Amino acid sequence: MLKYLLAKEEDIPQGSAAIFFGVSSICWFIIGTGLGSFNASKLAFPDFFHNVYWLQFGHMRQVHVHAVIFGWIAMAFAMSMLYITPALGNTKLWSEKLAVWNCLLYNVGLCLALALLWSGMTSGREYSDHIWPIDLYIAFVMVVPWSLNVWMTILNRRTQGIYTTNWFFAASMFMLIIIFLIGNLPEFFHLTGLNEAYMTWWFAHNVLGLLITPVAAAITYYIVPKVTGNPLYSHRVGHLHFWAIVVFYSTPAAHHLMSSPLPEWLKSFASVEGVLILVPAIAYICNIMLTMQGKWTMFVTNIELKFALTGVFLAIPLNMQGGFQQTRAINWYIHGTGWIVAHAHLALLGFSTFAEASAVYYGMQVLLRRKLYSYSLANFHFFMLLIGFSLYWISMTIAGLIQGAAKIYEVPYLDVVIAEHPYMIVRWLGGTMVFLGNITWLWNMYMTARVGTVVPVGRLPHELAYER
Amino acid sequence: MAFREYKIGCIMFGIALSTSMFVTIFLPGLDISRIGSTEEALKKQLTYGWESAFNYYDPFLLGKDKPIKVVLTKDPETGKPIDKTEAYVFTAGTHFPDGLTHDNIMGTKQLALSKSKGLLAQATEKRGGVFLVDVDVTTGVPYVEFATATKGWQVAATLKAADVRIHAGSGKTMFIREGCWWCHTLLPEETQDWQSFGRPPVTGDFNGESPTSFGSDRKGPDLLHVGSRNSSREWMTMHFFNPRLVQPHSIMPRFNYLWGKADINGKVIDRQKWDRDFMAYARGDTPYPPAVPIPARNSEARYIIDFVLNLK
Repeated sequence: MLKYLLAKEEDIPQGSAAIFFGVSSICWFIIGTGLGSFNASKLAFPDFFHNVYWLQFGHMRQVHVHAVIFGWIAMAFAMSMLYITPALGNTKLWSEKLAVWNCLLYNVGLCLALALLWSGMTSGREYSDHIWPIDLYIAFVMVVPWSLNVWMTILNRRTQGIYTTNWFFAASMFMLIIIFLIGNLPEFFHLTGLNEAYMTWWFAHNVLGLLITPVAAAITYYIVPKVTGNPLYSHRVGHLHFWAIVVFYSTPAAHHLMSSPLPEWLKSFASVEGVLILVPAIAYICNIMLTMQGKWTMFVTNIELKFALTGVFLAIPLNMQGGFQQTRAINWYIHGTGWIVAHAHLALLGFSTFAEASAVYYGMQVLLRRKLYSYSLANFHFFMLLIGFSLYWISMTIAGLIQGAAKIYEVPYLDVVIAEHPYMIVRWLGGTMVFLGNITWLWNMYMTARVGTVVPVGRLPHELAYER
Repeated sequence: MAFREYKIGCIMFGIALSTSMFVTIFLPGLDISRIGSTEEALKKQLTYGWESAFNYYDPFLLGKDKPIKVVLTKDPETGKPIDKTEAYVFTAGTHFPDGLTHDNIMGTKQLALSKSKGLLAQATEKRGGVFLVDVDVTTGVPYVEFATATKGWQVAATLKAADVRIHAGSGKTMFIREGCWWCHTLLPEETQDWQSFGRPPVTGDFNGESPTSFGSDRKGPDLLHVGSRNSSREWMTMHFFNPRLVQPHSIMPRFNYLWGKADINGKVIDRQKWDRDFMAYARGDTPYPPAVPIPARNSEARYIIDFVLNLK
């Protein structure tokens, strides 16, 4: 990687930056889920390593969150965008060199950001925990060069139209920058009080809704037609999905604070808009499912589709929960309980991780021109992820329902903690399975790069048979 | 630049996103900013100071640049007995909370009273001073009184005359840094928490507070009024040192490292030995658990315990 930093643009092989981003994302996924597993162990057995100041739960919890969001999810997005955008524009990446620098500075910045968070230097705001100098670094050094590459590649495309995936990529990067800068205004200008609290959740909601959800969906809009060979079922439904995301997903931020003293009109408005999230969700899920017509056997036989479609299937409960759990009728019961933790993992570890994993699996094979080393290992990874996630999701949902019931009957809180203990152990087990599965993934990718069968020119990796 | 055919889409996108932000940021911002400070908000600001998370004056979150809350039973100036009074001491150079420096945060009525009856205009960060929170008897409007101007209470004299010094401002920094808010909310819910966790806050309760750190996920009880439910400093001290001492099934981490090197008497704290003694107690070898050291006056443990006990 380092030798490309000072090389001439034309001397850098196309796709180098995407490979670096891909490898980084897998490494960060291992780190992030490892931290998650360790944190979960502390919730089950709080005296684990209790004398080590650096391993305190309160210091590590946010490092886990940001390692998976900025390390795994965002870098997998960057990897996907850097190879899908040029492919769909029938062109090459606008600047490979910028992308290589982008990847290096992204990793350096993320290490620094996580080290500061770990040491306790925080802005005290959930999801925007980074201190404001790091926020500026993230916006201008990590995200702007990445976005420039995406936008300029789309502008320099050699196709007449822009495919669905690329609208989502371009628009999401634009919205991400706007949200990042506006959402962090309380830190830049020291806004205080309820405005600060509301802006914190405005940021948290929109960064998930306008970056992670649409980009993960956009990835499946590429992978599913590409691998099955079927054209996307409907461009028009894609339009509906896109515009509904922009309008309905950018407005319900206040539903995260339904029991706080925000203006009542705002909570009602957010709640209604929150239910309307079902519009883009249903449009998207139908579009992908219908694209699969006649090719459903590939869901079983093809590892990329197995990941991508599992992600889409998980988007169904995700959006059903998301649409309804924020209404007043339901929110009071599950607010602030493990249910929400389960829901957050359904979005990030369920839907989006499975979609990204498919893009990284597929992209690494395309970029390295090598067939995946082992289908069995990839299946093992898939089921470790799926079973680990399911254990996590089910146990935390049950724990959340226990907490909700305890709210009604005014059970002393310590009894809730005791009742949740078995579920905390299952949560740890699930998280550890995800972590271990990811290690096999890294090994599989390493072996693919080393000894995977070379994909002949003019063929695509999924057309070749697996050898292991 | 083959962008022409997407011109309409780009314009529509701009309109949609701007409208969305107008409705979800600008309008709520106007509505929230219209509400003046409550008495609670004034007290919180004067207790917690300017900023409790990362900032230029306390980048490592050590609890610097914070006011000290004191409880007085005699007048610091004259020495005469007075009713029990809570005062907020800003040593010279301590930064004022936004509510004292930004007119719209305090609220129109509150600000007018603070200026006319409280002589707030005379307060400067450079010189510091002592503040009180009063409520106007006729209108019920809360306001800030700058006691250094109205009563001649000086910083040093007030600290000396104080019965108790409460480092709740520094404690809130610890609350943020140690991530207490990942498991404990500061927001009893409006629907069903009245009985267990007390009165939910109202809109004006947060003016000038930064960060508000409501928390979003409960792995432990809500703490907004915890000092009213349990006001025992001994219990809190034991609980922070090792929660399993007083709550055998608690999953809270131990915060014994906040004690620093030595206790209040300067005696070095041997955590390894304490653990061995505790394990002996847990096994049933000894009838009593080892004693928990009393935190030193300027220890981080003292700060966080003060903060929690001050959550009335």
